[in-house]
Amino acid sequence: MPELTLEKPAAEVEERKRPETVRLQATRGFGRVLAPRELWRYRDLAFQIAVRDLTIRYRQTAFGAAWAILQPVAFMVVFSLIFGNFAGIKPPAGIPYGLFSLAALVPWLFFANAFLLGSESLVLNQALVAKIYFPRIFIPAGIVAAGCVDFCVSLTILIVIVLVYGIVPSATIVVLPLLMAIAVATALGASTALSAVNVRYRDVRYVIPFATQMWLFLTPIVYPSSSLGEPLRTLSAINPMVGVVEGFRWAIFNAGSAPLDLMAISAVSAAVLLVAGLSYFDRVERSFADLI
Amino acid sequence: MSYVAIQANGLGKSYKLGLSANYGSLRESISEGVRRTAGRLVGRGEKRKVDVLWALRDISFEIQNGETVGLIGHNGAGKSTLLKLLSRISEPTTGWAEVTGRVGSLLEVGTGFHPELTGRENVFLNGSILGMRRAEIRARFDEIVEFASMERFLDTPVKRYSSGMQVRLAFAVAAHLEPEILLVDEVLAVGDAAFQRKSLAKMAEVARAGSTVVFVSHNLATIQALCQRGILLERGKVVADAPVEDTVTSYLRGLERSASDDLLTRTDRDGRAWRESKVRRLSVCDLDSKHQDVLVGGRPAKIVVELTKVLPMMECQLTILNSLGQPITTLDSELSAPADVREEGGEPRIECVIDSLPLLPGRYRIDVLLKGRQEIQDGLQAAAFFDVEPGVIDGRPVPAAGADGDIALVHAWRLPA
Repeated sequence: MPELTLEKPAAEVEERKRPETVRLQATRGFGRVLAPRELWRYRDLAFQIAVRDLTIRYRQTAFGAAWAILQPVAFMVVFSLIFGNFAGIKPPAGIPYGLFSLAALVPWLFFANAFLLGSESLVLNQALVAKIYFPRIFIPAGIVAAGCVDFCVSLTILIVIVLVYGIVPSATIVVLPLLMAIAVATALGASTALSAVNVRYRDVRYVIPFATQMWLFLTPIVYPSSSLGEPLRTLSAINPMVGVVEGFRWAIFNAGSAPLDLMAISAVSAAVLLVAGLSYFDRVERSFADLI
Repeated sequence: MSYVAIQANGLGKSYKLGLSANYGSLRESISEGVRRTAGRLVGRGEKRKVDVLWALRDISFEIQNGETVGLIGHNGAGKSTLLKLLSRISEPTTGWAEVTGRVGSLLEVGTGFHPELTGRENVFLNGSILGMRRAEIRARFDEIVEFASMERFLDTPVKRYSSGMQVRLAFAVAAHLEPEILLVDEVLAVGDAAFQRKSLAKMAEVARAGSTVVFVSHNLATIQALCQRGILLERGKVVADAPVEDTVTSYLRGLERSASDDLLTRTDRDGRAWRESKVRRLSVCDLDSKHQDVLVGGRPAKIVVELTKVLPMMECQLTILNSLGQPITTLDSELSAPADVREEGGEPRIECVIDSLPLLPGRYRIDVLLKGRQEIQDGLQAAAFFDVEPGVIDGRPVPAAGADGDIALVHAWRLPA
């Protein structure tokens, strides 16, 4: 039992400046996620959460960060065997099938992992959401940010492998950051929206793995998008990952004509997805602590 | 400078009851939506009744900076909900509050800790979750670690910490945040006595420095030691707001009233929402069952728990608390002894017999927790009160009034002749 002879705090208190007042009441509409002042005030937290997600990602794993490379390489081997050999899919301009799929797998796996982990993230951080106030957007955003580090690692390896094959990437490689930005926007938009839906409907948990697999085949990863034929090829770019994947191949191998149409459509649809995802998150954020 | 740190004005918070209202699957929501739309089309605009629970209702108060306020009330009275509103975790349904200053909240053990991260990493993470800048955390890091006495475990993942260690670290971070307002829920109960004392002293220090402390505890002695003012909540409403001694007195009076009620009518229960078995009555008597609620120290005593239904694997836990709400001892049937008996059939009741009641004179209360099917079925605080009269324990008279402490030990002296 604690000793009960504590000196009670005196009634008169030290001189102190009157701090800022916050008004708490029921709110409507938008304004929490996209409140820049609030986000700025918590900027250190955003950084800490991203660091946390990155640190725990490979903690207590034997291979550690090598997973960022093992995953795409393993997929590449399997896809080369099945689709390159047995199914006989021929990449355009004589690019080896392995490289052809790897260049698509690197951005795709970034997206797929961020989407999978991001949409579960709020529910996994239940204790935090229910017990502490902070801008909740940092939770799914932290996952995406941590994924970006993996993305850079696997991208570096991709370039090294390409060089080993004796292909020297041309100047088109400078558009890679732009394509990465589209991939990040897609991942952020999709995972913030789905993580928010997941708070209310745990169905999301069952939908996501399945949706990710479908999405994989709707994106030209194992096949070139030219095999779709028009107008399907152009329409497919509404899926923002189409522009990213085809853009990656063009940027690295500079084979064939630039898929500028695909990249432009995908950039627009990624932007729409991002705004829609963030807006939805913003609208429902206030009820997270009560529902989760 | 003196100012209003927390002002609440008509604060209310309601929750929709029932699984489908809150959780539910997508399918249920869709079918519900279709049904309602269809109903509206047909013109039978029947609104489905949603059960709404008002966890808080029309709460208004003002707290000056530097005040220390204890929130007192039964389970489910709304104390934790109020802290959640004040710390911005959830939004009020009605009314508003104005909070002036940085809020540090400690509502549960180790929230904000990630089990895979080390103590060091978690101090930084938790600090920034509580709103500290990295530079501030770095500047106070050594102080935090020293306060928690954690030097040796800094590089161990928190998942290997005991819950006591987690509280120590969590409290250390929250207390060193130098918040203008510190909200603390019943978390310190987990730490050991020495740390509890240390953290209470720290809270008093925080308050002396001009911060406001709002503190929830079931331990009335702790509340009285720390707080100047007490706010008593009952069913989501403020029923008393006065100097802490007065509030504690009204709380205790209320407790006694509820113990004399029919226990089945009480709603402030722990345990499963759908209870299969409930505590009907709890009584304390001597072995001849002649004197109810008045016992004599050193004499045999019997605590009888009457239930609504017997379930498989029933267990019972009784906690005896003194008049200040400090727990003295817990009697737990799960820790079985050879003298325990299980009987088939018979009445739905559980009895606990004490051969020689080792309590000093005073007023005591009993909290009860009932388990069945390996789950908590029911729980009630202050299910019964009883008085202990001075008696003789193992041939030795116990002091009448004015003795320190609550228990009497059987003992023997060896003295020079």
